[in-house]
Parts: sequence; C-alpha cells; structure tokens
Amino acid sequence: MTAAKWRRAMNTGLPGAVPRALPRALPSTGGRTAFAAPRPALDPDSDGSAPRWLKFLRRTLSPRHVLVLAFVLLLPIVVSPFVLYQVASQALIFGLIGLSLTFLAGYGGMVSLAQMSVAGMAGYAVAVLGASGTATSLGWPWGVVVPVALVVAVLGSTLIGWLSVRTDGIYTIMITLAIGVAFYYLVLQNYTVFNGFQGFQKVYPPEVFGIDWRSPLPFYFLCLFWAMAGYFFIQWLVRTPFGIVLQGTRDNARRMNSLGYNVTAHRVAAYAVSGLLAGVGGVLLVWYNGLITPGSVGTGWLINLLVIAVLGGMKHPIGAFLGAIVFILLQTFAIDLIDRERFNLVIGGVFLAIVLFSPDGLLGLWAKLRMRFGPSQVLTSTTRRHP
Amino acid sequence: MTKGERLATWIVVGGPIAVFSVWALADNPRLYLITMLNSLTLASLYFIVASGFTLVFGLMRNVNLAHGSLYLLGGYVGYIVARETGWWIVALAAGFLAAAIAGLLIQVLILRRMQGQDLRQTLVTIGLSIVIADVLLWTFTGQVYQMEAPEWLQGPIRGIPVIKAYSAYRLSLLGFGLAIGLFLWWLLNRTKVGTMIRAGVDDRAMLAAAGINVNLVFAITFMLGSGLAGLGGVIGAVELSMVPGEDTRLLLASLIVVIVGGMGSVVGAAIGAAILGLAETYGLAYAPTYSVVFTFVILIAVLAFRPRGIMGRPA
Repeated sequence: MTAAKWRRAMNTGLPGAVPRALPRALPSTGGRTAFAAPRPALDPDSDGSAPRWLKFLRRTLSPRHVLVLAFVLLLPIVVSPFVLYQVASQALIFGLIGLSLTFLAGYGGMVSLAQMSVAGMAGYAVAVLGASGTATSLGWPWGVVVPVALVVAVLGSTLIGWLSVRTDGIYTIMITLAIGVAFYYLVLQNYTVFNGFQGFQKVYPPEVFGIDWRSPLPFYFLCLFWAMAGYFFIQWLVRTPFGIVLQGTRDNARRMNSLGYNVTAHRVAAYAVSGLLAGVGGVLLVWYNGLITPGSVGTGWLINLLVIAVLGGMKHPIGAFLGAIVFILLQTFAIDLIDRERFNLVIGGVFLAIVLFSPDGLLGLWAKLRMRFGPSQVLTSTTRRHP
Repeated sequence: MTKGERLATWIVVGGPIAVFSVWALADNPRLYLITMLNSLTLASLYFIVASGFTLVFGLMRNVNLAHGSLYLLGGYVGYIVARETGWWIVALAAGFLAAAIAGLLIQVLILRRMQGQDLRQTLVTIGLSIVIADVLLWTFTGQVYQMEAPEWLQGPIRGIPVIKAYSAYRLSLLGFGLAIGLFLWWLLNRTKVGTMIRAGVDDRAMLAAAGINVNLVFAITFMLGSGLAGLGGVIGAVELSMVPGEDTRLLLASLIVVIVGGMGSVVGAAIGAAILGLAETYGLAYAPTYSVVFTFVILIAVLAFRPRGIMGRPA
C-alpha cells in the first residue's frame, strides 16, 4: 500500500475503501509487517477465469490440509468409540471454544477469560429452554432452542465485550475474569432459573433424520463439522476487511483510530463473533456432557480454556485445536501415570513451562524447530511478539 | 466533571441508598446496624488483601493472579503456627512472612526475567496459582480448617445500644483494617521507600535514571504486597474458614475492589473494599439470591462511567 493510497482512503472518508484492496496483497495471515512493508500483489489466480471461491480454495489449501482432512475422516475406523467420543469429540469441542479465544486474543489482542462463561450461557440456554431431567426446563423443540442459545451467547459476549473494551491489555483479563466468576456465582446461587448447585442433568442432543446424535460416530462428525466450519470461518474472516482492521487495532489502536476506524466498534464486533463460536461450542459441550452445572463454568474451566489456547499458540487458528488435543490427551491418559487428583499440578506445570520457555505455544515450538532444522521459511505468522 | 454533574451523581447514587437506609432503619434498626458492622468488617479484610494487590499492580503493572493462592498459603501457615505455638500474634507474623517469601521468590526467580511483558507475567501468575492451589490441596487436603480467635478477642461484646452484642473479633477487624491503612499511608507518604514506590508508579524509567535500584524497590513492594495477602489469610482463617476455593473468592474480591476503586491506588482500594463489603453483606441480608448480581451491577456502573475506577488515573 502506497502512501498515496492511504491518503486517498483517508480523504474519501470511507473506512472500507482501504482494506478492500488489502487481502489480495496479503498471502499470509497479515499483521504488523503487512502494514509496514506490504508485498506486491503476487496472485497466481488473478487471470479472472476461475470463480472467486475456487481461487480462494486454491490459495488456502495445501497438501497438509488434505493430510489432516484424511486423518480426521479416517479416525473413526482406526480408534475405538471410547477414544472417538471421549478424546476426539471433546478435543474438537474445546478446540472450537478455544478458537473463539484465539480469535479474540491472537487477532484482536484482547485476552478474555470469560469465553467459557459465554459457552456456558449457550449451554444453560439449551438446558433451561430445552428438555432436561429437571422440572423447570421448558422443553421447547431443538429447532427453537439452539438458535436462541446462540443468540444468547452472542448477546452475552457482546455485553462482556462492550464492558471490557473500554480498557485494554491486562485490565481486560481482570475484568473478564471478574465477569466470568460473577456468572459462576450467579448460576450457583440462583435456584429459580439455573437450579443452583445441581444444574441440569439429562440434556441430550435430539434425534434428527432418524440418527441418534448421542452415539459416538454421529456426534464425532457433528463436532468435526462445526469445528471445521469455525476454523475456516476464522481463516476467512481474518482476511476480510473487518479482520484486517481488527489486526490493525491490535497492533496500533491509536493509529487505526486516527485513520478513521471506529476501534471500539470493531472490538465489540470481534467479541460478538467469538460469542457465536463459543456458543456453538457451548451447545455441543452440554450435549457431550449430557449435563451442565456451575462447575462447568467455574474458575477452573475459565482458566483451562486459556491454558488450551496458550498451549497451542495464539498466532494461528489451528493452535486452539492443537492445545485442546494435548489438554484432553493429558486429562484422559495422565491419570494412568500419576494420581488422578494431581491433574491440576500437571496441567499447571505444562502451562508454566510453555509460558516460560515458548510464549507462542506449540506452534512457536514448531516454528523454532523449523527455523533450526528445516529449510529457511517464513514463520507461521508475522504477528505479535507476546501471546 | 462539573459541579452540576457531581451533584446529579450524588443524587442518583445516594438517593436510593438514603431511601433504603431510612426504610430499613425504621423497619428493623438492629438488622440494619448489624449488617452495617458486618459489611465494614468484611470490607476491612477485603481492604487488607486488595491493598497488597493494588500496590503491586500500581508499581509493576503486574496483575498477580496468584494473589488468592498467597492468601490461602498465609492462612494455612498461620494455622499450623498457631496450633504449634498457641500464639495468634506469632501466627500473624508467620503468615505474613510465608506469603512474603513466596512472593519474593516469584518476583526474583520468574517475573524479573520477563520484565515489561505484562501479559506474559499475568499468564505466568495464572499458572502459578494453579500449581500453588494444587500443592496446597495436596498438603492440607480438602478439609475445612477453622482457626480459633485469640482468647482476648473471643466472645461477644455486650451492652452496645440497639445492637446489644457483637463479636469482639469481628470488631477488631475494623481496627486491623484501619491500622494497615494508616501504616500504608505512613509508609508511602513519610518514608524514603514510599517515596521511591510512588515515584516508580509515576515513571519507572526516570526512577531508574535517578540512580535508584529499581529491582530492589520492585522486590520490596512485591514482598509487601504478597505479605499483606498472607496476613489477610491468617485474619480470614478465623473470620471465614480455610478451604480450597477461598483463594478464588478472595482473588475475585481483590479484582473487583481494585477495578471499582482504581488500580494502583491505596485509597481507591479502601473505597472499593467498602463498596464491595456493603453491597455483598446488604445483598445477603436483604435479597440473598441476588447478592452477586448487586456486586456485578456496581461493577458495570463503575466501568460504564469511570472505566479506570473511582480513584483511577489514566496510565
């Protein structure tokens, strides 16, 4: 982007004018360097013959995508239903909720600890409005309940965002943690709506198209579908004008503000988007567990979600899923090696080690290894220094 | 804020509170006054714990999310020392020291290595809080520990008008809160270390350029802040009780206190603690199911109108 283009964009007063030109110029996920030293628009598909979505696919997909896709599709044949349900499905769900945090923190620069609460809001909405083992549930059909739950999550997340974007950096952590714990105490102490400590049991996915979505195989594919949908949605979103501007506000909010962008509005919108992802994850999670209690949104899980996101690395959407896989594997199989009670010690230790020695998580570790041993390549992302 | 706006704020905030107070006093004066005392004593405990939190934050821009764990650590150590020696005062000192040393270790061994990286420091303290909480759970199990008040503070004080009788220990909390508040005021405003800390809050780089050993000031402040958490732990071990989960509760209280009061300000911590104590206790007494919601509404109101807290200044 030349200085002249910037000036023209500023003079027209149309914020959308600049970024619309940007995605073409950004082969990678974009970020700070993109603004400082833009690369020339080298687009192999610029002949204009192929439709846009095909060009997008060709640009995005690579052999490793196909490899991963084959792996996740063939997984049900290889592993037992137990692993498929307890490990794979759970990892996909937490990966999806973690992805909402990665999007906020990695691309928006806002580390929110309340994402699990947002997921919990959707989960509670499903339990309260739908059918459950508790008498206070309203028993509405799933076709109504699920959209309402997602709307609840988006609204809740927007409210949290509206409150917390007034401050930045570490203040955001404190405020979202306070909000998250307050939500925990609300559902713990309120019996009329949230049924207090007991929560809701027997919240099961509905039977649609004659398939029992509770059994491991369909549920795995349900989770896989939504996890992939979320992943590609974020991949697409961060290259749209909105995503580029969001990354701009992360890197230099004041500069974006002086360029005429409404920083607060973009940040709140990012919260809304992450609320949608967390909401989908929350609905899946309540179906997975079959129950929701205040414990599902307690401090432990608020922090576990941060652990998942940081463990994988926040510079790329895949990090959340990597982190979730490692976390769930540890949770499921570490108890064979150590005392069941000491899981927190293990996960806390792993988290500490990652933060201390590899701030970019497993992705950062991978990038470091590639730097040292592989052919010289660009790092996974050109984004920020801190997690 | 103009004079008119200030007046409007006082009327909007103070009006409903005044109406409620008049109604509650006429309805049941004893309940109202006891609740008042309860909230102020709880506020003292919150102030003791949160003042350490805000002190550390103000100087180092470091949100120590292991603060609650240090509170619990101080409480447990104080409990053991009190059981072995029988001296409550010794237990207080031991709780303070244990948490202060733990805080010093955290600062010197870990946080110093990543100075200036606020977010990473905060993440580290989260990891530490998980580990410390689990080690404490391992050592002391999930059992509830209840410490005895020292003999000279046991039993109620009788013969107070209207209230009739009130726990001597709870009343003494007010004294503790005041004493620590005064001590902090003296330390920050009347000593050389305090001058350095205040200077560091305003401009760290300039303080270092003036030839002060900033690392030493940081270490002292972190020790003091952590020690206050431990001291609060010993005091709270009598007043509340010690059980895994209390760390989160006190951490949340500290967070709300400093968010409402303004981060880095000791006066703000006192105001925030008073507001939180009043809201929680009156909520529990008059509308039990929704006491948390009151706290939350206050948080929202303060954030909406003063994003940096009541006494907060732009960083």
